[in-house]
Amino acid sequence: MRGVKRTRRFGVVRTMAKTIIQKVWDRHIVAENPGAPALLYIDLHLVHEVTSPQAFSGLRERGLKVRRPDLTFGTTDHSIPTHDRSLPIVDKVAETQITQFEKNCRDFGIPYYGPHSAKQGIVHIIGPEQGLTQPGMTVVCGDSHTATHGAFGALAFGIGTSQVEHVLASQCLLQTPSKSYEVRVDGKLKDGVGAKDIILNLISRIGIGGGTGCVFEYTGSAIRALSMEERMTICNMSIEGGARAGMIAPDDTTYQYLSGRQYAPKGAEWDRAVAEWRTLPSDEGAKYDKRIDIDASALEPMITFGTNPGMGIPITAAVPDPDSVKDPVERDTLGKALRYMDLPSGKPLLGHPINVVFIGSCTNSRISDLRAAAEILKGRRVNPKVRVMVVPGSQQIKQQAQAEGLDRIFKEAGADWREAGCSMCIAMNGDQLQPGEYSVSTSNRNFEGRQGKGGRTFLASPLTAAASAITGVVTDVRTLLG
Amino acid sequence: MEKFTTFTSRLAPLAIDNIDTDQIIPARFLKTISKAGLGDQLFYDWRYDAAGNPKPDFLLNRPEGRQAQVLLAGDNFGCGSSREHAPWALTQYGFRAVISTSFADIFRGNALKNSLLPIVIPAEEHKKLLAAVAANPAATVTVDLAQQKLTLPDGTSVTFPVDSFAKECMLQGVDELGYILKQDVAISAFEKKRPLTINTLSAA
Ligand code: SF4
Repeated sequence: MRGVKRTRRFGVVRTMAKTIIQKVWDRHIVAENPGAPALLYIDLHLVHEVTSPQAFSGLRERGLKVRRPDLTFGTTDHSIPTHDRSLPIVDKVAETQITQFEKNCRDFGIPYYGPHSAKQGIVHIIGPEQGLTQPGMTVVCGDSHTATHGAFGALAFGIGTSQVEHVLASQCLLQTPSKSYEVRVDGKLKDGVGAKDIILNLISRIGIGGGTGCVFEYTGSAIRALSMEERMTICNMSIEGGARAGMIAPDDTTYQYLSGRQYAPKGAEWDRAVAEWRTLPSDEGAKYDKRIDIDASALEPMITFGTNPGMGIPITAAVPDPDSVKDPVERDTLGKALRYMDLPSGKPLLGHPINVVFIGSCTNSRISDLRAAAEILKGRRVNPKVRVMVVPGSQQIKQQAQAEGLDRIFKEAGADWREAGCSMCIAMNGDQLQPGEYSVSTSNRNFEGRQGKGGRTFLASPLTAAASAITGVVTDVRTLLG
Repeated sequence: MEKFTTFTSRLAPLAIDNIDTDQIIPARFLKTISKAGLGDQLFYDWRYDAAGNPKPDFLLNRPEGRQAQVLLAGDNFGCGSSREHAPWALTQYGFRAVISTSFADIFRGNALKNSLLPIVIPAEEHKKLLAAVAANPAATVTVDLAQQKLTLPDGTSVTFPVDSFAKECMLQGVDELGYILKQDVAISAFEKKRPLTINTLSAA
């Protein structure tokens, strides 16, 4: 059997069952020298304008080339404006960064989607969309949400700029193996509850450091039942649980999604690739270092109340009271979060007024997210007090949404329909909250000031965001479902 | 990179759990294409008021804070984004080590590559250290990387774990890329037997 190693020990033949995490790791080891971490080969390196400039400068200083431009791909997403692309970029610092990025890609022979490309988009959206991300690969990017690509059964993780330089120069990284952490989700989700609620629930239970040193593997019937886009939403936020990567074993859902995409294998190569990919799922009896079970049928829509993604509650539950926390540093941390958010404890967030709704980011800006939001907004008007921004993850998603008439639904409801980019997820491009404002956001981070200095973020699903846009207050979407 | 040598320093306590990289260096400062000037932007939104003036009561704006080469932080320091601007900002400010009960994975790796030592100590010792600094803000610790030893203000010491390869790099003042590039033969051999599944240069 492929992927299963037999060892003879004390005369007994034992089968070494492996997880998908180990399998992908093992297949990419270039060298294992004593006294050094393993040298791991990288199959796909994605680059964007924010975390790469200093790496390219490093290459120039050392007189190095990019070893494998054919395994490297660039896009502009973080600091790019989401207004009309025919207008100039007002922020000169951002413009310089984007111009420098395009120059770096051209100088080093790396293909990329610039601001005017019809395929431009958020790095973690375009990888899967173009078929660059494939099962069994190692994928890295100078961005912590690289975990997204794990939805295809790739070992995908974020790296710093020094490591971006290492991969550009050598296509390799020095790595020590992570522990394995099985997140098993069984049962059927109820109406109004989705992938975002699964991952927010996980993080609220294990905390944002709960997966430190680990790679998650999401298993179970509820995961199998999800579409690729929903799986990406889950893997995307693995890092918010402290895990550098989160993987889902590939299956027919994966192959159906990939088939026919631009960079996916074709013809006989496709058949060979699928045969190889079918060897990836974890072997029966494979051991994990840690495990948690989630009952999908018991989940409610989730929302965060605090200043890290682990501070999440079911939407009908009350905000916790710092006085009920024993550990002094933990108590202070929670108290500080509630002061920043200016929220009382002991009450649910339901009915709390909001100023902004942001539907977008690499967590929830794919076509199915936009369809879900449009379903709620259709034939309704957003509350006049609320500014609603809908930012597709890529220009292709934008085109698709327009072909389906979703843009009209958003505009008729009074929402702002924008160009693709990270936008208010990170507030680098001018799309931002004003100090003191509250948003319901489909993005992944609610850190202090993440969406603009002094801004306050409630993280939730596209359904919850759309429902709250209509009422102008934090709303349980189930009250609006026919 | 400079060689990492043993040093004794005061501590700057920031006893908050889960300090994320958006706090260490807010995203709007990431539009730079160089590494320069990040030290002034360290903890910007905690350190400066709305008008951009330094808050006089924030430790890092005070002379005592300026003297500290060791940051004493709460659990899970450096979580969130992978931005290496975080250790760049910390080292440019003058920090050479951060003490916590745990670090986020990506931050730890980034710190080690910039000669910023992440020191993990047990929760009990961490509590004691916080109490010692509260009692005497001028208390010092000695950081000895070669021995992986942290000497506390009361003279006792704790050992801390460090990846042995990163440790050697820091002690010798060399970065990892030199080592990786020396593996060229192994990399080429791996590439020869590896089937190509994508070619990003084909019809982009
Ligand atoms: S959308 Fe947000 S989380 Fe995703 S890559 Fe952009 S800034 Fe990072």
